[in-house]
Amino acid sequence: MAGEAKTAENLVEKPQTLEALRAGIVAGRTRATELAASYYERIEKKNPRLNIYLSLTKERALEQAARMDALAAKGDPLPPLAGIPIGIKDVLVMQGAPSTAGSKILEGYQPPYDATAVKKLEAAGAVLLGKLNCDEFAMGSSNENSAYGPVLNPVDPERVPGGSSGGSAAAVAANLAVATLGTDTGGSIRQPASFCGVVGVLPTYGRVSRYGLIAYASSLDRIGPLAGNVRDAATLLGLIAGHDPSDATSSPAPVPDFAAESDKPAAGLRIGVPAEYFAEGLDSEVRAAVESGIAALEAAGCSVKPVSLPHTKYAVPTYYLIATAEASANLARFDGVRYGYRSPSSETLAAMYSNSRDQGFGAEVKRRILLGTYALSAGYYDAYYLKAQQVRRLLAEEFLRAFAEVDAIVTPTSPVPAFRLGEKTGDPVSMYLADIYTVTASLAGICGVSVPCGATKAGLPVGMQILAAHLKEATAFRVARAVEAAQA
Amino acid sequence: MSAKVTVEDVERVAELAHLQLTPDETGRMLLDLNAILDYVAELNELDTKGVAPLAQVSELQAEAGASDLRGDVVVPSLDRAAVMPQAPESDQVFFKVPKVIER
Repeated sequence: MAGEAKTAENLVEKPQTLEALRAGIVAGRTRATELAASYYERIEKKNPRLNIYLSLTKERALEQAARMDALAAKGDPLPPLAGIPIGIKDVLVMQGAPSTAGSKILEGYQPPYDATAVKKLEAAGAVLLGKLNCDEFAMGSSNENSAYGPVLNPVDPERVPGGSSGGSAAAVAANLAVATLGTDTGGSIRQPASFCGVVGVLPTYGRVSRYGLIAYASSLDRIGPLAGNVRDAATLLGLIAGHDPSDATSSPAPVPDFAAESDKPAAGLRIGVPAEYFAEGLDSEVRAAVESGIAALEAAGCSVKPVSLPHTKYAVPTYYLIATAEASANLARFDGVRYGYRSPSSETLAAMYSNSRDQGFGAEVKRRILLGTYALSAGYYDAYYLKAQQVRRLLAEEFLRAFAEVDAIVTPTSPVPAFRLGEKTGDPVSMYLADIYTVTASLAGICGVSVPCGATKAGLPVGMQILAAHLKEATAFRVARAVEAAQA
Repeated sequence: MSAKVTVEDVERVAELAHLQLTPDETGRMLLDLNAILDYVAELNELDTKGVAPLAQVSELQAEAGASDLRGDVVVPSLDRAAVMPQAPESDQVFFKVPKVIER
């Protein structure tokens, strides 16, 4: 497991489970205010090294903790996350708290409202500690595109934590939060979860309201939890999911009790293994760890059979065309007029737009805006954007066919374990290929979980990706619990 | 679809996107865009004749009860007093920007 990594510093620590923390708070053995203070103490010690938090929301957190302590003292019933310290990725807005999305262009911005997922966590009693570092506008696979410097991986600080929710994964790995919210557009929850040895959830598209998420690619963006174990992640998803009138794409489907569903044994579930995800480019130690996870599923009574997803190799190019096209439209709003950075010395409106954007955006964001604008521009629209949308349908239909035969599909989350800082920054295509196993589910809108399934000889965590059909998160959680149990 | 991007293309696209690039940046973006477009050209191998584009996945969940649009009803949105202070320059009613029309 992650904790065995041979680093001189001891940066990895597993958070207590929600159940254990809750028992302490309900019984009065643990005070929420003291728990929050102890987390802020840890953050103060470890954050200068790891760069996980961009800002802290101490006042709001301690007020909420005091409210929970008062409820407990009176013997009133406590909400499900009473006093639980949670961190929020900085692409989700919190009223009055800095929300930078990892970009200079939003430095100093203090949003006038809360994201729905944030509001729901707080209504459930959670204590929100602060805002977590991420790649600028969630564009990246290593956290090296943050305007505020990269997060370091607590397992091995010479390596990246993955991206774009690198801070969200690293915070759980280092126990600088019990759980966190991240966002996933092409793998941005699952891949960092696998790199840091924690659990990360990609909910079905529409399961969680995107209201208050600073948009990257709206047809792909999702908000999901990261936690130290599968059951806690399932609990959190249940609390943030559900229809929201403020997001027209949010699903009215009823939200199951995911934690209780995850308690059901995995025996009898049909597991598909796609050969396309075990081909050239897969690290041999990652393969071995994932295969041991598959063996654990067989031992738990699942049936395992091959499935075929032949369009997999087209997913990365399809993803980068669609995501950048949507990004070029979404990021047009950052123009120095209504919020965020305005270049101080522009004589005309047009110059103000372009100077503000040039000075405010980092290189990867500019690259993606340019690629997206190109793919949408006259003469190229059909060849690039429309073509990618057609391939997107082929990829989605292929998954729907596979899910007629199996309940879940298991793959490696990433072809490699956490790579070194700087290793891929010079070559955008090689960085994009880090997402090769995760972008497929993003395009198809299906759900999934990344769960630790072993480690390399050097102690780097390996994640198994468990994919399930639209709205079948409960199935993915059951499978993930079985993989997790075999690790214990 | 494996068109080679030229410096002029990069400059034109940058103008469309309101991005002002330095000559250094233009050079780097030219290299990167060509590398990325070479890579995405793989999609040409696929015959997609007659395949309807998929812009949004909610339609795939129709049977699972995907969302209907809400009614077109006026509801209050964020209060101007909460929003305007975030603007780089405003008089609290309007956003101020550099002069657009000379006279």
